[in-house]
Amino acid sequence: MLWTILLLFGLAAAAPLVAKFAKGASGWLLAAGPAAILFAYLAQLPILPGESRSEVWEWVPGLGVELRFVLDGLSATFTLLITGIGALVLVYAGGYMAGKAKLGQLLSYLLLFLGSMLGLVLSDNTIALFVFWELTSISSYLLIGLDHERESVRSAALKALLVTGGGGLLLLGGFVLLGIAAGDLGLKGADAFSISALADLDLSAHGLYPAIMVLVAIGAFTKSAQAPFHFWLPQAMAAPTPVSALLHSATMVKAGIFLLARLHPALGGTDLWTALLVPVGAVTMLGAAITALGQRDKKRILAYSTVSVLGILVTLLGAGTVVAIEAAVVLLVAHAFYKAALFMVAGNVDHGAGTRDVTLLSGLRKAMPFTFAAGAVAALSMAGAPPMFGFVGKELFYGKLVTAEARSTLLILVAVATNVALVAAALLVALRPFVGSSAGVAKNAHEVSAPMLVGPLILAAAGLFVGLFPDVFDATLGSAMATAIAGQRVDMHLALWHGLNPTALGVMGLSAATLVLGAMVYHRTRRLLAPLAEALSRLRAIGPETWYEKGLAGLVTGSDRVTRGIQTGYLRHYVLAVVVAAVVLAAPPLLRSLPGAAPLFPEAPRPHEALLVAVAAASAVAAMVLRSRTAAIAALGATGAVIAMLFLLFSAPDLSITQIMVETLSVILLVLVLSRLPRLVTRSSRSRRIADLAVATLAGGTMALLAIAATTVSLDPEAARFFAAASYTEAQGRNVVNVVLVDFRALDTMGEIFVVAAAGFGIHALLRLAPETGGAA
Amino acid sequence: MSLLPALPVLVPLSAAALSFAAWKRLAVQQAIGVAGTGGLLAAGVALLAKTAGGAVLVLPVGGWPARFGIALAADTLSAIMVLLAGLMGLAVAVYALADVDRPRKAFGFYPFLHLMLAGVAGSFVTADMFNMYVWFEVMLLGSFVLLALGGERDQMAGAMKYVTLNLIGSALFLSAAGVLYAVTKTLNMGEVSTRLALIAGHHPHLVLALGALFLTSFAIKAGLFPFTFWLPASYATPPVAVSAVFAGLLTKVGVYALLRTFTVVFPVMERNFRILLLLAGITMVLGVLGAVSRFEIRKILSFHIISQIGYMVAALGLSISPDPEIRRLALAGAVFYIAHHIVVKTNLFLVGGVIRRLTGSFDLKRTGGLAKSAPWLAVLFLIPALSLAGVPPLSGFWAKLMVIRAGLSAGEWLLVAAAIAAGLLTLISMVKIWNEAFWKPAPSPAPHPRPGRGTLLAMTAPIAVLALVTVLIGLWPQPLLDVAGRAADQLLDPAGWAKAVAGDLR
Repeated sequence: MLWTILLLFGLAAAAPLVAKFAKGASGWLLAAGPAAILFAYLAQLPILPGESRSEVWEWVPGLGVELRFVLDGLSATFTLLITGIGALVLVYAGGYMAGKAKLGQLLSYLLLFLGSMLGLVLSDNTIALFVFWELTSISSYLLIGLDHERESVRSAALKALLVTGGGGLLLLGGFVLLGIAAGDLGLKGADAFSISALADLDLSAHGLYPAIMVLVAIGAFTKSAQAPFHFWLPQAMAAPTPVSALLHSATMVKAGIFLLARLHPALGGTDLWTALLVPVGAVTMLGAAITALGQRDKKRILAYSTVSVLGILVTLLGAGTVVAIEAAVVLLVAHAFYKAALFMVAGNVDHGAGTRDVTLLSGLRKAMPFTFAAGAVAALSMAGAPPMFGFVGKELFYGKLVTAEARSTLLILVAVATNVALVAAALLVALRPFVGSSAGVAKNAHEVSAPMLVGPLILAAAGLFVGLFPDVFDATLGSAMATAIAGQRVDMHLALWHGLNPTALGVMGLSAATLVLGAMVYHRTRRLLAPLAEALSRLRAIGPETWYEKGLAGLVTGSDRVTRGIQTGYLRHYVLAVVVAAVVLAAPPLLRSLPGAAPLFPEAPRPHEALLVAVAAASAVAAMVLRSRTAAIAALGATGAVIAMLFLLFSAPDLSITQIMVETLSVILLVLVLSRLPRLVTRSSRSRRIADLAVATLAGGTMALLAIAATTVSLDPEAARFFAAASYTEAQGRNVVNVVLVDFRALDTMGEIFVVAAAGFGIHALLRLAPETGGAA
Repeated sequence: MSLLPALPVLVPLSAAALSFAAWKRLAVQQAIGVAGTGGLLAAGVALLAKTAGGAVLVLPVGGWPARFGIALAADTLSAIMVLLAGLMGLAVAVYALADVDRPRKAFGFYPFLHLMLAGVAGSFVTADMFNMYVWFEVMLLGSFVLLALGGERDQMAGAMKYVTLNLIGSALFLSAAGVLYAVTKTLNMGEVSTRLALIAGHHPHLVLALGALFLTSFAIKAGLFPFTFWLPASYATPPVAVSAVFAGLLTKVGVYALLRTFTVVFPVMERNFRILLLLAGITMVLGVLGAVSRFEIRKILSFHIISQIGYMVAALGLSISPDPEIRRLALAGAVFYIAHHIVVKTNLFLVGGVIRRLTGSFDLKRTGGLAKSAPWLAVLFLIPALSLAGVPPLSGFWAKLMVIRAGLSAGEWLLVAAAIAAGLLTLISMVKIWNEAFWKPAPSPAPHPRPGRGTLLAMTAPIAVLALVTVLIGLWPQPLLDVAGRAADQLLDPAGWAKAVAGDLR
C-alpha cells in the first residue's frame, strides 16, 4: 500500500514539469496515477466484514512510529473515493485551468493532497496518521491559497490552516495521551500507537480517557468543520472549483469523520462520546443547512450544505448504534458522489455563464445540457429523492431516529428541518440556474469542454447506480465498512423499498414530507433570501468567525504590547532585571543554609586585618561616590592593592605579586584612557539611585554570603597540593602562579592570549571601519 | 590517548591565526574560511564516529593528570555539537563569500568567525569549569567584533547591549567558578561532579545556591527569560551571515552548558529543574509573542530563537522525572531538538538574507512576489519554516513530539499547553513571512536589481544543503534519534562520565 502513497507524492513532484510539457493533456496524464491506484484497490474487493489486510514498514522504532497500513472496509471505501474522485478532479482541473500558468501548481498540490489523504485513511499508527493529517492541512492550505495575489484568498487560507492546524496540535496531544494510556494498559512500543490494538483495551476506565476524548473530538471537529469551528470551510471557497470538490466531497473535511469512525471501536460507546458528538453534530447540521439558504454564491450554498451533512454524520457516529452507523456509511458515500459532482457543476456554470450567483442565473438548460443533466441527478441524491443513494441514506437516518430506544422528538424535528433545508438548497443549486427565462446571463453561456463534463457525469451516474443496486455496495464494501466502525459484525441489507410495516411507512412519510416541504421552501427562496442573509450577517457579528478575527487582531496588538513591555530598549532596565533575577534565584537557598553554617568569624579578626578590610571597603565606596574620574580610578586601585596585601598576609606571595602587577597596570591604563573624558555627573533621580543601591547591595550581599558559605566546606585541596609539589620538581618553576598560568593551565592562557590579540585586531577594525569612512555598505 | 578532542579548538584557532596573518589578502582569508570551517566539520564527524559507540575521549592537556591540569573531553553530546558547529560554520563561510561586503571582509570577518567558532567548539569539548569560561570569553570577543563590525548606528546600539549583558553573565560565571573551586578544590568537571555529590549530602543549600549562579550565567547565554534582552536587541543588526551563525550556535552554547552542568556535573536536585521548567515555559510563550508582534524578518526570527530555547530547556527540565524512560526521552529530546533547531534556525536567517537580496528589504511591508519570481526560494523557505513550526514530517515535528510526549508522561500539563500554544503561534508567524514575502504581490512596480548568478549560487547552495539535512532528519529520524539516545545515556550516567573525565580510566 505504501507504493500507492509514494506514487502520488512522486506525481506531485513531477506535476509542474508535466504541466509545462503536456499542457492541456496534463490533467488526463496525471489522472492515470490515481486511476491506476483505484483499480488496484478495486481488485481487492470484495472486503468482507471483519476482514483486514495490513502491511508494515519500520519508520521510527525509537518513538513507536511505524507505517502500518490497514485495508479494511472503512479504509477501502475511503481509498476508492479518494482515488476515484481524485482522478476525476485532476481531469477536471486540467480543463478548468487549461492554459493558465498555475495549472502545474494546482495539479501538484492536488496530488500532494491525495497522497496525504490516502496515507491518512490507510494508517493504523496514530502518529503516522497524524503526519498525514497535517500534510492534508498543509496541502489544502496551498490549494486554498492558489490565487494568493488576493488578500481575501490569503486570509481564507490562513484561517483554514490555523483552525485545522490548531485542532491538529490538540489532536497530537490526544494521540500522545492515548499512547500513554495504552502503555499503562500493557501495550509496548509501536503497539501503544496502533489503533487496531487499542480496540481490545478498556480505555474508558483510564483516568486519561476524558482528556483524550475531548482532544480527539476537537481535532476531528476542526477538520470536519463542526460548530463552532465550521467557519473556515465556506471561506475556503476562495479556492478554485476542483479544489472545492476535493476538499468537500471525498476527502479533507471527511478526515475528521474518518477519524471518529476509526476510533469508534476504541473510544466510542461511552456517555462522554455521545455527549460530545451528538449535540455538536445536531447544532451544526441544522445551523449550516439554514445558513446555506441565505447564500447567493452556488459554491457557498454547497459549502454550507456540506457542513450540514458533516453534522449529520457526526450525530450518527455519536449515536453509535448499528443502524446509525449504517446510515452514516451510506450518507457518507452518497454525499461524496453528489457533492463532488455538484461542485464541478458549479464550476461549469461559472465557466460557462460567468457567474455563480443563483439570483442572476437562469435558463441555462439549453446552453449547458450535459452540465444540467449531471447537476439534476446529483441534486436528486442530495435532496434524498428516490431512486438515489442519498435516498437510501436518508431513509436509514430517519429510521435510526424513529426506532431509537430513547426516541427524541427534538432530534427528529432537527433532522427533518435540516433535510428540508438541504432539499431546498439542492434545488437552488441544481434547478434554479437551468430553468426559467434564458434572457439574462444564459444568452452568452456555452457548454464546457469534455474534461469538465466527465467528472460530474460519472459521479452523478455512480450515485444513481448505487442507489438502484445498493446490495452491490453492501456486499462488497458496505457491510465491512460498518463492521469496522461498529467494532462488531454488521450485515447491511440496503434497499430502496422496505416493504409495508409501520416503521417503514413512518419513515417514508417523513421522507415524503421532507421533499414536499423542501420544494415549498425552495419556491419561497427568492423572498426568503434577503431577510435570511440579513439575519445571518447579524449572527455572524457575534459568531465564532468574529471571535477568530478579533482574536487574531488582538493577538497582534496584545503581543506587541507585551513585547514592548519586556523589550524596552533601555539597557539599564535589562541590567536591573538580570541582576534582580539572579538574586531571586540564588539567594533563597543561601538564606536557608545560614542557620546551619559555621559562625561568620571562627576566630576574631586581628586588628590589622580588620583595618585592611575597612580600607578596601571604604575605597570601593569612594570609587562609586567620587565625581572625578581620576580619583575614582585611584580608589579602585586602592581596593586592589589592599586585596594584594591580604593575599600576602595569608601567605600567598605569588598571588600577591600577580595582583599588584594587574592592579598597577589597570590603573595606569584607565587613567590614560579615562582622564580625557569629562567629569562624571549624576543624571538619575534620587529614588532611582536608592533603588539601584538596594539592588546592588542585595547582589553584593548574595555574593558575599555565598563566599562565606563556601568556607564551611573543607575538602582535600588535592589540586593545590599537586601544584605546590610539582611546580618546581616537574615544571621547573618557582612561582606557582606563573607555572599554573604557563604550564598546568596553559590552555586557558592560550585562549586568553587569543582574546587579547583579537581584541587588538577588533579595536583596529572597529575604529577604521566606521560608517563615516565609507566602510560599511 | 587521542589528540582528537583538541581538534575542535586547534582547527579554528589555527585558521584564525593564519587569517590574521593574511590580514591584507582577502582571497587567502576566504580560502582559509572555507577550509577551516570545513576542517571543523571534519573534526566533528571524526569525533562522532569515535564516540557514537558511547566512548568518552579524554585528553589531559600538557600531559598533566586530568584532575589537576585541564582536560578536554568529548562524549557523544560534544561530538554532535562540534559537528553542528562545523556544519553551520561552513554554511556561513560559503554564504559569506557572496553576502558579506568587501570592507567587512577586509577588516577581519573571517578570522573573527574562526575565533568565535573556536570559542563555541572549545565550550563543547572542555571538561574544565574555568576553561569553559575562557572559551566563553573567546566566543564573546569574536562575536562582539562580528556584531559591531561595520559600525552602523543600530549595530553599535545592539552590540553595546549584547556585550554588557553578556559580560554580566561572564562575571557571574567567573564568580561561580571561583566559589566552585573554593568549595570543591578542583575545576575538573568529573572531579567536581564526584565532590559535589558528596557535599550535597551535608550542604544541599550551598550546592543549590551555586547551581543557581551557574544556571543564571548560562541562562543569560542561552537567552532564557528573563535574561534574554540582549538577543532581540542585537541579532537583527549585523549582516545576515553573522546573525545566522549566531542564531544557530551562540544560544545553543548556553543550552549545552545547562545540559552539561545539570546532568553530569551538578547532582540532580529538584529545585534547579523546577526553575528550568518554569523559565522554559515562560520563555516559549513570551518569545513567540515577540515573533508574532514583529514585522521585520530578522526580528521575527530572533524572537523565535528565544521561544525555541524554551523547548530545549523544557526537555532538560523534564529529565527530573523519577521514571528512567521519561528521563531518557526528555534528554534525548533535548539533544534532538538542539540539533534540529541549529540547522533550521541558521537556514531561516540565510533565507532571510536571500529575501532581502531579491526584494531589497527585511521589512515585510516592502517585500512580496517571491512565490512567482523565485519559486525555488519558496520551497527552500517552507522546509525550515514548517520544520520550525513542528509540521510533520520535518525534523521539528519529531523534536516537538519528544518534548510533548515527555511532558505529558511526566504530567506537566501546563508546560505542554504552553508548548502547544507556542507551536501554533510559531506557525502563525512563519505564515506571516510566507504571506508577506512570497504570496503577496510585490509592492513596488520597480523591481530590485537581481543579484548575479554566482552570488545567488553561493548564497543558495548552503541553504539547499541545510534544507536537505532538515528533510532527511524528518523522513529518517531514527539515526539522529539513536545518537541522541546515546548522548542521553551518557548524561544519565554522571558517575561513569565523571570517572572518565577525571582520568580514572587510565
